[in-house]
Amino acid sequence: MVASGGVVIVGASLAGLRTAQTLRDEGYDGTVTLIGAEPHLPYDRPPLSKEFLAGTATPDEVFLPLDKIDVECEFRLSTRAIGVDVAQRDVGLDTGENLRYDRLVIATGAHPRTVPGLADLDGVFLLRTIDDCLALKERLARGPRVVVVGAGFIGSEVAATCHGLGLDVTILEALPVPMERAVGALVGHRCARLHTDHGVTLRLGAGVTGLASDDTGRSVTAVALADGTLVPADVVVVGVGVTPASSWLADSGIDLDNGVRCDRWCRVLAGGQPVPDVVAAGDVARWYNPLFDEVMRVEHWTNAAEQGRAAALTLLHGEDAPVFDPVPYFWSDQYETKIQFVGRPGPDIQVVDGALDDDRFALAYGFDGRIVGALAFGRPARLMKLRNLIANRAPFPPPT
Amino acid sequence: MSEGATAGPEPLAHRVSAMRVVVDFDKCKSNAVCMTIAPEVFEVRDDGYLYILQEEPPEALRPAMERCVRECPTGAISIEG
Repeated sequence: MVASGGVVIVGASLAGLRTAQTLRDEGYDGTVTLIGAEPHLPYDRPPLSKEFLAGTATPDEVFLPLDKIDVECEFRLSTRAIGVDVAQRDVGLDTGENLRYDRLVIATGAHPRTVPGLADLDGVFLLRTIDDCLALKERLARGPRVVVVGAGFIGSEVAATCHGLGLDVTILEALPVPMERAVGALVGHRCARLHTDHGVTLRLGAGVTGLASDDTGRSVTAVALADGTLVPADVVVVGVGVTPASSWLADSGIDLDNGVRCDRWCRVLAGGQPVPDVVAAGDVARWYNPLFDEVMRVEHWTNAAEQGRAAALTLLHGEDAPVFDPVPYFWSDQYETKIQFVGRPGPDIQVVDGALDDDRFALAYGFDGRIVGALAFGRPARLMKLRNLIANRAPFPPPT
Repeated sequence: MSEGATAGPEPLAHRVSAMRVVVDFDKCKSNAVCMTIAPEVFEVRDDGYLYILQEEPPEALRPAMERCVRECPTGAISIEG
C-alpha cells in the first residue's frame, strides 16, 4: 500500500486536468494525484484529426497549459488503474501498488471501437491518442490512397484533412445516412454533401467485412465490402465511435451502463445510491442532466472541460455545488465549414437562418413543443442565441 | 459634500490597475466557448469573427476572464494586468 490520500484522479486528460485545476482554484490544498495510462502530460484531442494531423499545429500547441498544477499535484503517467475498492478507498494500479484516496475522480475517457473481423494489418489505424496521430501522419506523408471507415465526426474530419493534404480519399459508412443519431437524417444528408462537394467519395450502406493484404500478409491493400467489392487502400483509418473506458471498474460495485452512472452532481452511483466522495467526468461519465430530464453521456471537448470543473465543485461542496445541467456544445471543422451543435437532436426541425442547401444556415431541433437543440454551418452568433433559448426551455419553434 | 466629488473622472488608480483582455487572432478559431462563459465581453458574430465588447472588463469579471483564458480551445485569450 502506498500512502497518498487526498484526491486521486484516474485519467490525466482534459476532464482530469480541469478537475485538478478547479480544486486549486477553489483553494483545496491537499494532495492531488493524476493517473494517466498514456506516457504524456494532458493534451488536446480535437487537433489530432485536424490541425495536428495536417501539420499546421505544433506539439506545443497541442499540449494543455498546466496552470494551477503545482508541486502538490503529482502525475503518475504510463500507469493504469485496474480496480477500485470503494469501501477501503484504494485504487489498484497495474504497477502492483494500491493507492489510497480520500476522494476519487473517475475520468478515464473512452477507447476507440474497431470493426469486428478487421485483421491487425500494417496500414490500419485508429485515432485516439497523439501517438496514433503521429503514426498516421508519418504514413500520410507517403501519399497513400486513404480509406476512412465511418462517416462520424472523427472520420469526416480525417477525410477532410486528408483531402486537404492532396490525398485520394474514400469514406465507407455502413448506415444509409451518416451521423443520423447525432444530428438526424436531414442534417446527416447535408453533412454528407460536404464530402461529395469536395470530390471525396462517400459510399453509404457500405458494410465492411474484412481487409485484403499483400503477398507478405502484413500490409493492407484493400477493404472488402459486404457486396463483394474491394476498395483499394494503402491506409485505412477506422473511426466508428468509442466505448467508455470503464471495464476496470467491473468488480467495484459501481453502476456501469454505457459508462459510469452518475447523478446530477456527477456523483458516482452504486446500487442507485451515491458512493461517498467519488465523482466522474468526461467521456466515461453517464449522468442525469436535469435540463433535458435525460441520462446522457457526451464525448466532446467542452463537456470534458465543464464536467471536470463541476465534479471538482461537488467534491468540495457536495449538494451545495451547482447541479451539472449544461447545454452540450461541440464543433467540427470540415473543409472550409465550421459545424456547431448545441443541445440534443430532436424529431422536429425548423430552419431559422438561410436554407439547408446554403453554405451557411442555422436550424433548431424541437421535441414536445420545446427547443432542445440547434445546429449551424458558419452561423456562430445565431447558434449561441439558440443555445440560450435551449437553456431557458423556450418553446419550439423559436422566433425566426 | 460637493457635487464635484461624485461627478469627477474615474480615479487614476482604477484605470492603471485595469485588466486588459488580449486575443491572438491568428489562433482564434471562433469556437465561441468564451462567448458562452462571458457574453458581456466576447461575441462571435455571424461573419465568423470574434469581437471584444469590453477590452478592459470590470474587476468583478476576473474569475470569468480567467476561465476564458483556460477554456479557449485554441489558447488564443490572455489577460494583462
